[in-house]
Amino acid sequence: MGDTILTMKGIDKSFPGVHALDHVDLEIRKGEVLALMGENGAGKSTLMKVLTGIYKKDAGTITYEGREVEYTDPRHAQEDGIVIVHQELNMMGHLTVAQNIFIGREPRAGLFIDDAKMNADAKKLFGQLNIEIDPQETMSRLTVGKQQMCEIAKAISHKAKIIIFDEPSAALTDAEIEQLFKIIRGLRDQQLGIVYISHRMDEIKQITDRVTVMRDGCYVGTLITADCTKDDIINMMVGHVIYEDPKTESHVRPDAPVVLKVEHLNAGRMVRDVSFELHQGEILGFSGLMGAGRTETARALFGADPKESGEITIKGKKVDIRTPEQAVAAGLGYLSEDRKRFGLALKKSVTENSTLTCLPKYCKGPFLNQKEERKVTRKYVEALNTKTPGIDQLVVNLSGGNQQKVVIGKWLIGDSDILIFDEPTRGIDVGAKQEIYELMNQLVEQGKSIIMISSEMTEILRMSDRIIVMCEGRITGELGIEEATQARIMHFATLRS
Amino acid sequence: MEKKKTETHRPLLRSFGAQQVIVIGVIVVLFLFFSVASASFRRYTTVVTLCNYMYYILLMAIGVTFPLITGGVDLSIGTGIICYSIVGSYMISQKGMPVLGGMLVALLLALIIGFVNGIIIAKLDLPPFITTLCTMMIARGLGSILTGGLSGVWPMAGSPGGWCRSIFKITVGGRVIPIGMIWMILLVAVMSVILRRTRVGRYIIAIGSNKEALRLSGVNVVKWQVIAYLISGLFAGLSAISYACTFTNITPGTGAGLELDAIGGAIIGGTSMTGGSGSIFGTFLGVLVISLLKTGLPYIGLQANWQQIITGMVLIGAVAIDMAKRHQAE
Repeated sequence: MGDTILTMKGIDKSFPGVHALDHVDLEIRKGEVLALMGENGAGKSTLMKVLTGIYKKDAGTITYEGREVEYTDPRHAQEDGIVIVHQELNMMGHLTVAQNIFIGREPRAGLFIDDAKMNADAKKLFGQLNIEIDPQETMSRLTVGKQQMCEIAKAISHKAKIIIFDEPSAALTDAEIEQLFKIIRGLRDQQLGIVYISHRMDEIKQITDRVTVMRDGCYVGTLITADCTKDDIINMMVGHVIYEDPKTESHVRPDAPVVLKVEHLNAGRMVRDVSFELHQGEILGFSGLMGAGRTETARALFGADPKESGEITIKGKKVDIRTPEQAVAAGLGYLSEDRKRFGLALKKSVTENSTLTCLPKYCKGPFLNQKEERKVTRKYVEALNTKTPGIDQLVVNLSGGNQQKVVIGKWLIGDSDILIFDEPTRGIDVGAKQEIYELMNQLVEQGKSIIMISSEMTEILRMSDRIIVMCEGRITGELGIEEATQARIMHFATLRS
Repeated sequence: MEKKKTETHRPLLRSFGAQQVIVIGVIVVLFLFFSVASASFRRYTTVVTLCNYMYYILLMAIGVTFPLITGGVDLSIGTGIICYSIVGSYMISQKGMPVLGGMLVALLLALIIGFVNGIIIAKLDLPPFITTLCTMMIARGLGSILTGGLSGVWPMAGSPGGWCRSIFKITVGGRVIPIGMIWMILLVAVMSVILRRTRVGRYIIAIGSNKEALRLSGVNVVKWQVIAYLISGLFAGLSAISYACTFTNITPGTGAGLELDAIGGAIIGGTSMTGGSGSIFGTFLGVLVISLLKTGLPYIGLQANWQQIITGMVLIGAVAIDMAKRHQAE
């Protein structure tokens, strides 16, 4: 453990109506990875935004390398060596890797940009990180993982002394995460201070040295990672214990009828000859690596993307689904993995979002029956325990977990019998996650059937009655929950044909 | 109990935003300014002139508010209204149709152009700006070809079919009464209800907020997007009728730029350029600003060119407010 490089003391920040940070302390040390944990809305991002000068603090001090600093512009923080690698990457897709890294400070040769030097410098940076990326490649052609590495290279080129990773693994495959960790360890060994924000408990145990936990804008405490268990951290985050036990046996009745039968579904490169059955009251887990074709399968099934061939039978009846409209009419509901892009009208109210799937039901002739609409919305806000100041609140102002509940409510109000949950708990804090799991269990008890696509192994093992594993657009394996293990799933997930 | 009360009142409050309050202030200031600056502005005829401008701009603006809310635009309405009213006059004077028939033909043509716009944009997924720019050119050419470049003439007051002029103003005891304003207020009310209280309105707003989310909710977005352009077409047709009944003489090949008065009015009234929000009452206020400028500026000696400059500046102000609101929201 190295010396302290930065301390934040008594940081206080209020927004109208919210006390976002309540005298928070944080200490970053050289040569150490510090995990910053807390549920969504706990104040992690706000704290980092105060540190880098995006927000102005109301009170408290920041001491960096022995002197007090207060940044008013993130660029100043960057020049001083404090850099954030954002969850959403800020890259210009049309430019090359090197152009992205050196944007705004290109090496010059007279009037012109010295491309040769720029590419060579970029190459040197990648060498430092021990990774192989062509500096002249167009950014948009790289995988998300590689793009992130470019962002890290950019951070280093700023002579960073502190790098903050904001949920860096959210969009990465396991192999990419492995490589990311290698890089982070390398940076740590070069005596940089690293702050690592993530919801994934396993990663925290793997990569970090200390954990600082925040809750409701307050500093809760700091633990040495090696000396604590997952449950210790979760307890600090939520204040009560949650166990993540896997399911041991299927909860589906043996005589449960098949509600959905998909045969030889083909759609593009990512969905090749996919066939499976879903029983009533079943949670069918779809596992696989990033890019295995699970979301594509769901979208083709739902009519969101065109399909080439395949037969779909719902409750014994052949259905022709070419648009989402037909899918909804057939009783399907699809919760997209990207709720902000595909699930919600963010700048509209909870009410307006809730009835989108079945607005005709809440109309008298062409007119909206707003009384009924508000009644049903209120009912589901209460049933799902959605935390919102009111049903007229704009969805954009809700936290991720509560936004997800609005999407779930939307499909429940629409009365879909077969629900496809695509990454239902992505970007959602531990407490809300638990609630969504309970909700899914309640739904299948009520006779609904669920297809759950998830990249989180613990989630798959905990929720599914049966597991289908995909790899490169094909179904490579099927496991009953009794026989499923992480190793078996991984075996099928990497079974390339 | 108290909480419930505020909840039920919120949606109305939201449709009447801060921007509307500012616009009402601007209208009052403009009115006072012109009244002080020019004695002749303070006469009754000013009201009549103001109304003449307001009718056709407002009708276009109400219509175009719908495509704007979907996140699109309809540029074809300006040359459109000239084209439709010329075709109407052609039917009346050359084909011997009654005035009502001419009006219906004009409306039908407007609906066809609106439908074509809608299909190209919604079904073929072409950008609204380009699509309606092209139909704008088509409409301009169409009117001129039909009349061989001659002006279209609608019946004068007193001549056969002259009744059409009294749709918008009647003379009682030597005094002109702009009764068209009654229809305008009625239409503003009806279209407000359609936007706020019907399924069409809800879907059109939802298309502007997140079209893909709406599609994945199982809604036929193509249909509702086409309807937005149909509404725009319908109101361009109504605007053409009001234009014909007010101004009688229609010069072919003109009309380009009129759509900007309408779109400008909608934007000044708070309709977002990126879609998802807007109100008909706001559009009404915005058009009142534009019409006040058109009517008032000549009284202080500023003619057409100056009007354009000032309208442009007012628009920038309105857009700046829209952007500021958005930044604040984020």
